[in-house]
Amino acid sequence: MNIELLKVLATNARYSVDDLATMLGISTDEVQSQIKTFEKKGIICGYKAVIDWDKIDGTYVSAIVELNVVPKAGLGFEEVAEKIASYREVESVYLMSGVYDLNVVVKGKTLQDIARFVARELATIDSVTSTTTHFVMRRYKEMDVKLYNSDKDDRGQFLL
Amino acid sequence: MIDYSSILNKTVLDIKPSGIRKFFDIAETMDEVISLGVGEPDFQTPWEVRKAGITSLEKGKTKYTSNKGLDALRQEITNYLLRKYNIKYDSKSEVLVTVGGSEAIDATIRAIISFGDEVIIPQPSYVCYEPITMLAGGKPVIIETKAEDDFKLTKKQLLDAITDKTKLLILPFPCNPTGAIMEKEDLIEIAEVLKDTDIIVLSDEIYSELTFSGNGHIAPASIDGLYERTVTVNGFSKAFSMTGWRLGYACGPKELMSQITKIHQFAIMCAPTTSQYAAIEALKNCDSAVASMHEEYNRRRRLITKGFNDIGLTCREPKGAFYVFPSIKSTGLSSDEFCERLLNEKHVAVVPGTAFGQGGEGFIRASYCYSTEHILEALNRISEFLEQFK
Repeated sequence: MNIELLKVLATNARYSVDDLATMLGISTDEVQSQIKTFEKKGIICGYKAVIDWDKIDGTYVSAIVELNVVPKAGLGFEEVAEKIASYREVESVYLMSGVYDLNVVVKGKTLQDIARFVARELATIDSVTSTTTHFVMRRYKEMDVKLYNSDKDDRGQFLL
Repeated sequence: MIDYSSILNKTVLDIKPSGIRKFFDIAETMDEVISLGVGEPDFQTPWEVRKAGITSLEKGKTKYTSNKGLDALRQEITNYLLRKYNIKYDSKSEVLVTVGGSEAIDATIRAIISFGDEVIIPQPSYVCYEPITMLAGGKPVIIETKAEDDFKLTKKQLLDAITDKTKLLILPFPCNPTGAIMEKEDLIEIAEVLKDTDIIVLSDEIYSELTFSGNGHIAPASIDGLYERTVTVNGFSKAFSMTGWRLGYACGPKELMSQITKIHQFAIMCAPTTSQYAAIEALKNCDSAVASMHEEYNRRRRLITKGFNDIGLTCREPKGAFYVFPSIKSTGLSSDEFCERLLNEKHVAVVPGTAFGQGGEGFIRASYCYSTEHILEALNRISEFLEQFK
């Protein structure tokens, strides 16, 4: 398994197979078969663009919802976590250590969408005992990518 | 009216200005220049190192250090050189912390060279050795390394250059701009040539961490017969991405170092204190940061080497530093013309090989201290530029 290939794809999934092969010093066949293996094993789970939705008004708001949950005998948190993950409004679900159990990122077009979703769907699940919703006010970094312009190259054009 | 030119030092007046001055002026008038022209890392100094600098400031460590540098730093430098390159120095008497590798080079040349002494300088190489030699009253003797030798210094070239006035040999490897390195067997040959002479070696190893060969960097001082005649110069700028901290060091026989230290003591006093505290952290705890930068540089190196070859400029695989040095001879242009036209026509900045000595004619230097996306865009534009020569 070529871990370096994963690391490179994690920074930019749009490199051509040729460029990947060159950068890693392996053949294009090797790159292709490695990627296929990663996909088959569910190690690479998808390829998506990192989008700054804040630049397009009225398209995207999100919130982090902290849930306390009563785990089910024999099933633990799996059943409820998977149920929550299956909503299309839910962007991510994490089981947490600490004072609450599940961290759920919920998205919608408006704050009302999210409030409605939490009240009607998440809060009403039997095993959920409490919800705390934090609306995201501004996003600075998403999937390792900074969403602000800070990295101006101040090195000039020429330097021996 | 004062006639300044009659007052100024004759040697200083004779020093040629940098060969890239006019390119600055052209680039300044343009928006959207894509540069491959910069010889410094694009990475941030690792955060631990910056934090160590900040902490030292918070604790009020803002006084001079001893002339030679902090004891703890000199100790870490000797640990590092032993661990990495198998060279052993005494931290008390054989290490001097300097203001960048540059000061170490300057003080070493000045400590050794008297009027008329010859200094052998392989070129193409970094631009400082020749003027510093001249300022010390020495005579630069240039060896032009050749593409067909992978820009290494050969035994024969060295033998031909040595005279009874030769005092110092500069070994600028890994080499800016050629990317050449000297393997162990190459250095053994150099050692054989120098065996029965009193010639001192100044080994500028500022790019030692950026070596991309199976054996890694081989320090000349680790070779039999060279240790006792070598001043090893290194620093933090390239390896730890700390160019602005201005910190380097020189190590060598104590008889040399005590005299080099004298120059440093009177000219400089001591290297910046904040930088010295930060550098201790760099040597102690940054192996993984250095390794991950090395990995990234290596990917870019492969990408840009293949890129230049694919668009028709023959480019040898560089084994060190962070530059490629492709040949532009196929275009029929001189290095200077190539760079000027590329800048004017496609707004891409690269450095003519001649900036590093006449032996660089027919080559350009392109740095890969840039993101891969940036490199690919620059290669695209260069490829478009080359269309007219087909």
